[in-house]
Amino acid sequence: MDPRKNKIDQNSEEKDCRQSQGCDRRAFLKGAARVAAFGGAAMLAGCGGGMLGSKEELSLRWKEYFKKNYRLMTQEEKDETVRRLERLAKISNNVNVQISSAAPIEGVLYGYAFSVTRCKGYMECVAACVKENNLDRKSSMQYIRIFEMEHGQMSPEVGNAKFYHPVPVDDHFYMGVQCNHCQNAPCVKACPVKATWQEPDGIVVVDYDWCIGCRYCIAACPYYGRRFNWNEPVVPRDEMTKKQHYLGNRLRHRGKTEKCTFCIQRTRAGRLPACAEACPTGARVFGNLLDPDSEIRFVLKNKKVFRWKEDLGTDPKFWYFMD
Amino acid sequence: METTQNHIRTHLTSIIGEVIAFGKDVITWSLSGGLAYQIYLCILAALMVLGVYAYFVQISLGLAATNMSDIVSWGFYIANFTFLVGVAAAAVMIILPSYIFKDKDLHKVVIIGECVAIGALLMCLMFVFVDMGAPWNAWHLIPGIGLFNWPTSLLTWDVLVLNGYLVLNLLVPAYILYCHYYHRKPNEKLYLPLVFISIFWAFGIHLVTAFLYQGLPARPFWNNPLMGPRFLASAFAAGPALIIIVLVIIQTTTSFRVEDAVFNKIRRISVVSAIINLIMLFSEVFKEFYLPTHHSLPAIYLYFGLKGNTALVPWIWTAITMNLIGTLILAFNPGKNNPRVMVAACALLFLGIWLEKGMGLIVPGLVPSPLGEVVNYAPSWVEVCITLGVLSLGIFVVSLLLKPALIIEQRYEAGE
Repeated sequence: MDPRKNKIDQNSEEKDCRQSQGCDRRAFLKGAARVAAFGGAAMLAGCGGGMLGSKEELSLRWKEYFKKNYRLMTQEEKDETVRRLERLAKISNNVNVQISSAAPIEGVLYGYAFSVTRCKGYMECVAACVKENNLDRKSSMQYIRIFEMEHGQMSPEVGNAKFYHPVPVDDHFYMGVQCNHCQNAPCVKACPVKATWQEPDGIVVVDYDWCIGCRYCIAACPYYGRRFNWNEPVVPRDEMTKKQHYLGNRLRHRGKTEKCTFCIQRTRAGRLPACAEACPTGARVFGNLLDPDSEIRFVLKNKKVFRWKEDLGTDPKFWYFMD
Repeated sequence: METTQNHIRTHLTSIIGEVIAFGKDVITWSLSGGLAYQIYLCILAALMVLGVYAYFVQISLGLAATNMSDIVSWGFYIANFTFLVGVAAAAVMIILPSYIFKDKDLHKVVIIGECVAIGALLMCLMFVFVDMGAPWNAWHLIPGIGLFNWPTSLLTWDVLVLNGYLVLNLLVPAYILYCHYYHRKPNEKLYLPLVFISIFWAFGIHLVTAFLYQGLPARPFWNNPLMGPRFLASAFAAGPALIIIVLVIIQTTTSFRVEDAVFNKIRRISVVSAIINLIMLFSEVFKEFYLPTHHSLPAIYLYFGLKGNTALVPWIWTAITMNLIGTLILAFNPGKNNPRVMVAACALLFLGIWLEKGMGLIVPGLVPSPLGEVVNYAPSWVEVCITLGVLSLGIFVVSLLLKPALIIEQRYEAGE
């Protein structure tokens, strides 16, 4: 890992602690929390993990249950939970995963642009997203929806997302919808336990282990950008993406909310999101809004762009454009 | 020095003794009763067991055991929760006149209003709990131990006001009953400040719950400034209607007597609120249908169905019919406070508001989805059984609280 990033990370850690004035008090309250949550832990050990596992597994699950919100963890604590999660994946699923806790890169604010003229509705992006982000196969969860639209209208509300025929169809165009990573995100405001927030690089993330599953964020989102794990998600071992991020594509559990993270596990390592990489028509443009030479900045400067539901004041970082 | 210590010690032991004696009698009175009472409690207990069983099914399958989906992400539980917050808040319509305006008639039944509020609050908290996807992480919501997104998240406000109102409604009646049990006059300086707080708090719990929905621009059906006031009006209609029903039941099954004046006063409170509620409903309907916009689609879905999805249409028209008939009967009072007519009218009004402010409010907020998709929703058997369990628990608690409370009050009256 880049030592520079590590330093940034630690700085933000200190800042977080000061902001919440929580380091000492948290340690003090830890004991109380343990007592208060004992019943819940028993419930989790019994139900969440399926059958009672080995002594090692139990001890790992116990520590996982009492860990903090990701934002309050020190880098050391982040490393520990990542190690526990990797070990648990090995024990319970016999799979070797690498979970990253890479911090945001300084001077980066991610943005996305979608061309309604270039998209032909091939849905390669959807398939790539499902695969990359380990989305639940049982409920066929998808972060991206593609709407087939007739000319003369420009809102997915009047389009059709359930088309099962060869594409593209004459006199139609296609419009993709996913999380808009709003700069002024209603979902972040709604969450009662700060389990979802906007990272400094603009990505709206969820701490799956801190989420309590109240689904207020889903009610608050005007873009249908959030998904809920109604059942225990299923991802076949041989289809699993093993390079994961704590805030990204690591395996989720039932009762938790999740969403598009701009493929945080890829983008923080300097790669494109899976959907943008998979798109065969070049309809998907992703990049750093703070870099004047980036492709996204070129699109914003030279194309006719618009944002969806601008009237709601959410300030999305997801633009649509026309060639 | 030693004598004062001894004095304090004997004083303390006597207080502890008193509390224990009080507690013993309360428990004995709440559980003892005729065969009919025992059977009634057993039926409620059986329904609670059914609810627990259904909850285990839900825990093991996840919320997939419900009929909720990413589109209808809140359903029957949150619908019942929303309605019951109103029932809890409505106790204030009895508390306010009896403690502040010193209304002697209503003062005799204020304890009943408070017990109903306690039961309703318990049900509210239970409904939120069973709706949680990860109830084992509920401790993340405890301020100080978890991470409480206050004051930003309206849901944290709701947690605070609901629990606070529960504490207030437990403290005041417990203190008054305790004093009455020992034939003492309760100290007004001790409990009146709490009563004042609880009056503001009652408006608070309902406004906060309304703001929970009202504050979401993503949901045009909810994003409506009339939501808060309408919540209050419908609550102050449905809550007193429920209290009238409870009073009639108490009147017919126990030796506790309720005067006609009490019925008349509560009936008037309920009917005035019901009329205000209907006026606001009419105002909403006018706005949605005079010049319908995209934002009127949820209302069209609710009242007439959309793209062939008509699941809610029978619910809402039944609700409005019941609402109107109930309000008219209570307003014109054709039975001249005849308990049978009153109970029927109150039941109509209560159920009408339950339908409209429960499912009729929650589901159209979520359908059509933000992407314009329309689906139907009806609760699954798991949701129905868990709901029955929670409702039984509430009724059970109210019964166990009312029984000793009424005995203590009657003894106190007789002793004077």
